[in-house]
Amino acid sequence: MSELALRDEILLQVEKPARYIGNEVNAVIKDKSQVDIRVAMCFPDVYEIGMSHLGIQILYDMFNRFDDVWCERVYSPWVDLDKKMREEKNIPLFVLESQEPVRDMDFLAITIQYEMCYTNILQVLDLSRIPLRAKDRSWEHPIVIGGGPCVYNPEPIAAFFDIFYIGEGETRYRELLNLYKEYRKQEKSREEFLRAAAKIPGMYVPRFYKVEYNEDGTIQSMLPTEEGIPERIVKEVEMDVSHTYYPEKPVVPFIKVTQDRVVLEIQRGCIRGCRFCQAGQIYRPVRERDLDMLKRYALAMLRNTGHEEISLSSLSSSDYSRLPELIDFLIEKCGEKKINISLPSLRIDAFSLDVMGKVQDIKKSSLTFAPEAGSQRLRNVINKGLTEESILQGAALAFQGGWTRVKLYFMLGLPTETEEDIKGIAELANKIAAVFFETVPKDKRTNGKVQIVASTSFFIPKPFTPFQWAPMCTKEEFLEKAYATRSAIKQQLNQKSIKYNWHEADISVLEGVFARGDRKIADVIELAYKKGCIFDAWSEFFKGDVWMEAFEELGIDMAFYTTRKRELDEIFPWDFLDCGVNKEFLKREWKKALEETVSPNCRAGCQGCGANRFGGGVCFENTGKGYGNGNEGKD
Amino acid sequence: MKVRIKFAKSGAMRFIGHLDIMRYFQKAIRRADIDVAYSEGFSPHQIMSFASPLGVGLTSNGEYLDIEVKTHAGAEDMKQRLNKVMVGGMEILNVTMLKEDAKNAMASVAAAEYTVRFRQGYEPGFDWPDRLMEFYHSPSIIVAKKTKKSEMTLDLKPFIYRLSLLGKGGTAPAVRMLVNASSSGNVKPGLVMEAFLRANGEELSPFALEIIREDTYADVGKEGEPHFVPLDAIGMEF
Repeated sequence: MSELALRDEILLQVEKPARYIGNEVNAVIKDKSQVDIRVAMCFPDVYEIGMSHLGIQILYDMFNRFDDVWCERVYSPWVDLDKKMREEKNIPLFVLESQEPVRDMDFLAITIQYEMCYTNILQVLDLSRIPLRAKDRSWEHPIVIGGGPCVYNPEPIAAFFDIFYIGEGETRYRELLNLYKEYRKQEKSREEFLRAAAKIPGMYVPRFYKVEYNEDGTIQSMLPTEEGIPERIVKEVEMDVSHTYYPEKPVVPFIKVTQDRVVLEIQRGCIRGCRFCQAGQIYRPVRERDLDMLKRYALAMLRNTGHEEISLSSLSSSDYSRLPELIDFLIEKCGEKKINISLPSLRIDAFSLDVMGKVQDIKKSSLTFAPEAGSQRLRNVINKGLTEESILQGAALAFQGGWTRVKLYFMLGLPTETEEDIKGIAELANKIAAVFFETVPKDKRTNGKVQIVASTSFFIPKPFTPFQWAPMCTKEEFLEKAYATRSAIKQQLNQKSIKYNWHEADISVLEGVFARGDRKIADVIELAYKKGCIFDAWSEFFKGDVWMEAFEELGIDMAFYTTRKRELDEIFPWDFLDCGVNKEFLKREWKKALEETVSPNCRAGCQGCGANRFGGGVCFENTGKGYGNGNEGKD
Repeated sequence: MKVRIKFAKSGAMRFIGHLDIMRYFQKAIRRADIDVAYSEGFSPHQIMSFASPLGVGLTSNGEYLDIEVKTHAGAEDMKQRLNKVMVGGMEILNVTMLKEDAKNAMASVAAAEYTVRFRQGYEPGFDWPDRLMEFYHSPSIIVAKKTKKSEMTLDLKPFIYRLSLLGKGGTAPAVRMLVNASSSGNVKPGLVMEAFLRANGEELSPFALEIIREDTYADVGKEGEPHFVPLDAIGMEF
């Protein structure tokens, strides 16, 4: 076993030393003299969050299947260790497996899952002694490469990265690694390597692009600075999801993490096309994994990890076409070994209630509905196909089956929202409570009374969604809406059965700036980090006033990024990327939203988003040929 | 059938706390495909009992847990299956069978034996190997024990069953002690060392000691005449 990077004194003083020692079941140890390339795979948040992320497990497995590569993991040191590392100054950040410095790796690959981790990216670079800005790095430093959903607008953090990998990681890493080996062998410069990397599909190397701005601060153009660098970068997509990398032996942490179970990704993408949802657009086209593959991996992963729970993962599990067969198989196999099955993101109907009744303790579990908006009108605007009728029917069935706890998720601040829509949230919660009292007679209320928890988050417009043109609310507007929701709930007949929670408004506003930000935001992130901002996703560490100070000092107006109305022909910072769906489709959907018109899902009727160009998935289901030529849905 | 598993914990595993070791073994038993018995009810769990929680930072050559199995292919097979799925720093030392009416591991614990060393740079300022036995042979070893309400004094002497010096004159002398580890009178080796230093006018720094638990013992003697045997001595081969 390798020596630990941290002394016993430090490990005994910090919370949960298991975060820093590695040695977990299925962690991969290789002989470093036998590999050519070393990769540090990073999730810039605390270990328990990072270890719960499926994408890292997939890529960790993929990299380590390559004989010439050793991939190790690194997470953000928690605030206690962060403080010690800054005080002591002689402990560089290290990877878990070999406990060697991140700085000595060839690549530092960072997955960027949410905007509020941006200061943690700087923390990881800083504690690793890697210059924060890509332009200040040399061959003494790893190539810093970013991936994940946030890279669909990489501009606010472009200055900190050498490369962004746009899209799914299964397809192009081998090519990139081969290029790296070749260029290092030939002793080429770092710049030459990056120039060549920029020509690999899916790779965005920010230093080779120049942005020109209009007087009003919007973008005039973004163009390559050199011949041969592509103007547009198309996302990478793994079309054969049944014959690609997937971990048979995921790493099993010692401490309890957020996702302490086997995760089986049954499909990628979502057919629904909710207009606020970025994942629903950027993971198109929907691709299902083969049932036999899923069965095989489920058994292998359970055997190799010893986990007592397996969870199906997808954006909308009910839409997986072989779901009943898969669940029957899991119930049979897991029952023998007392393994729990968890089924998130299921639509509530007779089928799912039957399944959940078999695999969960009804008394302990709760039903989840995500109507997202309080009125049918607004649900049409956001293209959320869930109707009040189906929610109330589902609730009635569930109450008859013994469930008494209901969770409801809504968003506040959606485009076109009125007071009526907000009232609708309270009324819907009230109607669900009423359904309970109607369907369950007093003498049958053995599991206690109904408990409804309504939660609202604040709507943040995201790139590559039909709502990318929408103005976002101010913090004050958000809070007013939350107070209005609270008082509307208080006025309901069944208000005693309803609990209401809402998100923090200032974190949402900042997230809104990052989501649609441009390159000018990098200075703010760096300044806020230097002023001590870190773990911004954790409300206990979020320093709203310090962020405000940073924006003010640099003279950057948050409203430009959040509340400003954007014209249909504005060039967005992310427009040089091609996420698979085209801008014309998004525009059509934005117009339909304002007309309160719904669009059918991918299976019910192709809307011509453009993702059929990838030549597979739901676009070619049944027909064997694509029926999206880009003209459907135009009215 | 009740089975007692003896294991060693070393290296980086010293930083994994007791609750996480329990979770680790639940998963390891599944990976090893041991036909373990589960409790009844809607959320069944493996029937499992650990002898004595080991503090974070300590290593051990004698930890125990009891499980119940429905079927098996012998002790050697079970040991091999488990060792195949262990991580570095965890080793199954032996597997024995318990009589149906045997007390479980936790209830059986009476004493534990420790080896204690000073970490480099943390050695006391006085010639401690020379003073150790004098300290041990003093008629009483009074320590202050803080409770929620008040501070009490306690005589440790009756709870220390054996104490000796290892490696006298060598480069890394150590203290070996057998102390009470029962639920009613558990003595932490650090407390003994703290008393030793205090008796010599020094304070023990919190990171000074490197502690190894050598084994965990049951008392099979008569009233007033204790006879300590390692917990696996109660089990039988199978």
